[in-house]
Amino acid sequence: MPVNIKQLAQEFDKKEIGITQGHRLCPGCGAPITVKFVMMIARHLGYEPVVGLATGCLEVSTSIYPYTAWSVPYIHNAFENVAATMSGVETAYKALKNKGKIPEDKKYAFIAFGGDGGTYDIGLQSLSGMLERGHKVLYVLYDNEGYMNTGNQRSGSTPPGSDTTTAPVGKKLPGKVQLKKNIVEIVAAHENVYAATASLSEPMDFFAKVEKALNFDGPSFLAVFSPCVRFWRVNDDKTVEISKLAVETKYWPLYEVERGVYRVTRKPKQFKPVEEFLKAQGRFRKLLSRPDAKEIVDELQEYVDRRWERLLTLEEVTKDKPIR
Amino acid sequence: MERVVERVAVTGAEAVANAMRQIEPDVVAAYPITPQTPIVEYFARFVADGVVRTEMIPVESEHSAMSAVVGAAAAGARAMTATSANGLALMHEIVYIAASYRLPIVMPVVNRALSGPINIHCDHSDAMAERDSGWIQLFAETNQEAYDFTILAVRLAEHEDVRLPVMVNLDGFILSHGVEPVEFYPDELVKKFVGELKPMYPLLDTEHPVTWGPLDLYDYYFEHKRQQIEAMENVKKVFPEIAKEFEETFGRKYWFVEPYRMEDAEHVMVALGSTNSTIKYVVDELREEGYKVGSLKIWMFRPFPKEQLQELLNGRKSVVVLDRAVSFGAEAPLYEAVKSALYEVAARPMLGSYVYGLGGRDIKPEHIRKVFEDAINGNLIADEQRYLGLRE
Repeated sequence: MPVNIKQLAQEFDKKEIGITQGHRLCPGCGAPITVKFVMMIARHLGYEPVVGLATGCLEVSTSIYPYTAWSVPYIHNAFENVAATMSGVETAYKALKNKGKIPEDKKYAFIAFGGDGGTYDIGLQSLSGMLERGHKVLYVLYDNEGYMNTGNQRSGSTPPGSDTTTAPVGKKLPGKVQLKKNIVEIVAAHENVYAATASLSEPMDFFAKVEKALNFDGPSFLAVFSPCVRFWRVNDDKTVEISKLAVETKYWPLYEVERGVYRVTRKPKQFKPVEEFLKAQGRFRKLLSRPDAKEIVDELQEYVDRRWERLLTLEEVTKDKPIR
Repeated sequence: MERVVERVAVTGAEAVANAMRQIEPDVVAAYPITPQTPIVEYFARFVADGVVRTEMIPVESEHSAMSAVVGAAAAGARAMTATSANGLALMHEIVYIAASYRLPIVMPVVNRALSGPINIHCDHSDAMAERDSGWIQLFAETNQEAYDFTILAVRLAEHEDVRLPVMVNLDGFILSHGVEPVEFYPDELVKKFVGELKPMYPLLDTEHPVTWGPLDLYDYYFEHKRQQIEAMENVKKVFPEIAKEFEETFGRKYWFVEPYRMEDAEHVMVALGSTNSTIKYVVDELREEGYKVGSLKIWMFRPFPKEQLQELLNGRKSVVVLDRAVSFGAEAPLYEAVKSALYEVAARPMLGSYVYGLGGRDIKPEHIRKVFEDAINGNLIADEQRYLGLRE
């Protein structure tokens, strides 16, 4: 039986998770919840976590010298290179273990955390290199759909119509016009990987995927939908609610790809229109008041529908057919 | 231990790769780039044949090479990489981070002109672009020196009072692909000399978790930079000690600079790298003709051996400096440093600045002779940058 929330709460009542209170992330931020979910499972499974961070909200808010919110070994190197940095850490472990300098039975979990800027965009090459070389690192993306650390600039993950400072909804342009990059497919295309999406509103699904990712014999990737209450313009008690809506509207489908085998892990019986997801957030307010709003919303609806159908098809045709 | 050396004819790349084989670092992360490529190729062969137990990371770029080496070194491993020119420029951001994290990384840099336009041949523009990065910079004249410095650099980088990364510079193609006799020391002797790395605050020590690379703002950053400055100053104390031990172990003497026929020299030429061999050849010729000339090779460019230069150059009639790099809109880097050092001496020599060899342009004995002639004839203007072998 997989661990449940109650057991985890009991286990960590007196034990440190790895990230402590006192960090300076916004109330309602998805990133620290993401970290806690990942770390709790890693420690529950007996792993010793060593974490690496890409530059971003999570990094700057948890490590302001002389303070640190981390009670596990932590390294931040730069913005675009957490995957390469953790490749180095993991390789050092292998080398030192081979030389007998590390106890045989010690179980490390090398975990990289990066936002969408450090993952979809500036860090993509570094991530691809880590995946291709097969380093046993769990890469956790906390996807808040923009460069939020620097004040809400557009990223390759920002959805169309979202109002950002570098692709603002203006008199002429309706904000960002491109769809999100499909990062999970990019990662999955490296084939010998475990890649999955997760949502804070589905902790059991989240936990199961962390466990799978940590036990996977190779690189693993977890894309976590991670609301930014500040720049998504939602109340700070809406993090889980928005996450839930994202799943219910097919905006953030929950699935996993293990060596090319697709599995949709949550299949809601009924879906809500994607417009409900948009309406719940202030970042789409300007878009929704435009005369061409319907066009853009319809386009997004069509896209999420097509993607959902495609995922179900992939699940069917890849069943029991791992590519490696 | 008996010192039985093996004298072989090898390229600089093979010499450096063999030093790396003998050091046998825990981790090597590297990306091939001309003219550094054969170093990575030789080393990959050692790994493939099981000659070394090093874990090699065939990274997808130099940026990731330096990033991975930073990760490995912070984890507690002895880590190395090597690069050239554009590769070094791509690393630039992380080159600074490696130094500020006080990671004892050793990196041979096979000097090549920076783009653009693209060029693959030797100059020092790549190394000069990193001179303020906080790395110790050594420059080799010969393949023997490139081999020796690679070994010596490990001890210097890892010394507890230093803990700074080291670049071992060797001239692209001239040394990296040029064959020279090199004496390889026995493996056991090299291994004994470099010893075991004593990791500081390693990430893999989960019993003592540390935060590497925190956000360091105006309330502490300045003090941390001051500590880095201090570490670099300590090199001046530590380097002669390690060089002495190196000499006792391997029989070769190194220092910050190498004076050549300087005793009574009135005119002294200062330069970095392989060009010093040509300079020595011309010095010998001129000496035979009765001119009191000498040369001063800079082995260590960072930290800059200011005191040694002051002592050796004070009172000379003239000092001419050869630079294989420029600083657009300012004086050439080596000249600027030498000139600045001589501001404080009692008897300032006349000074001349000569830029040569950009993009691999050949430097010939007649060029060097011409510079000495300028010095001998008093035809020097301190504010004038002159060029050797340039069509104008």
